[in-house]
Amino acid sequence: MANLKATEKKTKSQSMGMHSEVLTGRTQQKFFNPDEGENLYYFGTYDVDFNKRTELDVKEMTAPEANKEIDNLMSQGFGTIVIKNPQGKHSLGVGILNKLNLIFEGSLGYFGMGSCDGPTVRINGRVGWSCAENLMAGKVVIEKNAGSCFGAAIRGGDLICKGSVGARTGIDMKGGTIIVGGDAGAFTGFMMQRGRIIILGDVGINLGDSMYDGTIFIGGKIGSFGSDAVPSDLTDSDQDWLKRKLKVAEIGEKFDVSKMTKIVAGKKLWNYDNLEPHEKKGAI
Amino acid sequence: MVKKKTKTKFKKEKKIILGGKSKETAREKMIGQHIGYRYDVNLLPDYKKITPFLKKYVEAMGWDDLNWLEDVHMGYEEDRPAVFCRNANGWVTIPKSIKLPDNQQDRDMIARELLVKFQMSPKHPLVDLKKAYLKF
Repeated sequence: MANLKATEKKTKSQSMGMHSEVLTGRTQQKFFNPDEGENLYYFGTYDVDFNKRTELDVKEMTAPEANKEIDNLMSQGFGTIVIKNPQGKHSLGVGILNKLNLIFEGSLGYFGMGSCDGPTVRINGRVGWSCAENLMAGKVVIEKNAGSCFGAAIRGGDLICKGSVGARTGIDMKGGTIIVGGDAGAFTGFMMQRGRIIILGDVGINLGDSMYDGTIFIGGKIGSFGSDAVPSDLTDSDQDWLKRKLKVAEIGEKFDVSKMTKIVAGKKLWNYDNLEPHEKKGAI
Repeated sequence: MVKKKTKTKFKKEKKIILGGKSKETAREKMIGQHIGYRYDVNLLPDYKKITPFLKKYVEAMGWDDLNWLEDVHMGYEEDRPAVFCRNANGWVTIPKSIKLPDNQQDRDMIARELLVKFQMSPKHPLVDLKKAYLKF
């Protein structure tokens, strides 16, 4: 844990009511430069045009070959790429750190669209395990069903499945939004640390097991709550956000969000190391 | 020799206040420590407060909303307002010259804008790392 110490001095952030403690020993001493330019894209990425469209048939290609070709097309300025015949290949479309409109005409295998940061992707089929694992930013839409570990460890962006998903959806997620139009399997939101999950259908057992933070919204029936997952009140702000997000996801626009169940962390798993001596003392 | 009794005063930790709302829970009282992040991670953005730069960024990326920036909030580091850069894995402190508003929603929008500018900068720490370690 970071070192906590009381302070008498009232600094800028304290006077704004942001905190009343000093956390030390974690800084990397990075300072924002106020004269920074207004760049909209990562330095060194390709300047692509959404109106420049091309098709890529990957039937005879391996996944690394297909991914290199996508990179090559981006370097030529193509902003919309349609992938033909993905045929369930694994690890397609991974590591794209560019703005891009990517369309897969077919289904993907395992780890499709992993570690991406920025693209808008539409998959007109199904996806296997761990789709969009470690997604940083962007939007990934799956028209049919998805396998287990959907959106594992995502840190940002919108991940949408219009069908149903398998077990451990959003496992270890650290940000972003996962939206599922159908049902979800067991251990949905397992060990999630932040971010939001919306399931319009039913969920399996152990929902939000060992979740540290974040929010889960469920439209259907809940198999059972996992350890430290507790129901919470749905606020007006939540409902407004849900309506807007479902519109963005192009699913459940007419869904009655006021009947959804909100689940948050009970936060009893926090600070295990600090709590241990306390509980040990009680036990002795 | 009689030992002089000294009264040890324990200063009670002040409550953590985020967005002007007390967040101290029974659990925090029990363990005597604040639990959680340096801001309310579940605070949803108020889109009425979006800045022109952020509008431009979202439009350029082809998104419908703030996307990953919904998870960005103004926190603090080394006793100064700061925003966490996940790419550099560190807090980026806000210079004193930048005046910050007195509500969290407005501060969050500024944090988002500054973070985008920081991450897209040619001076971002990852640019040098990329030059040094890029393999393919």
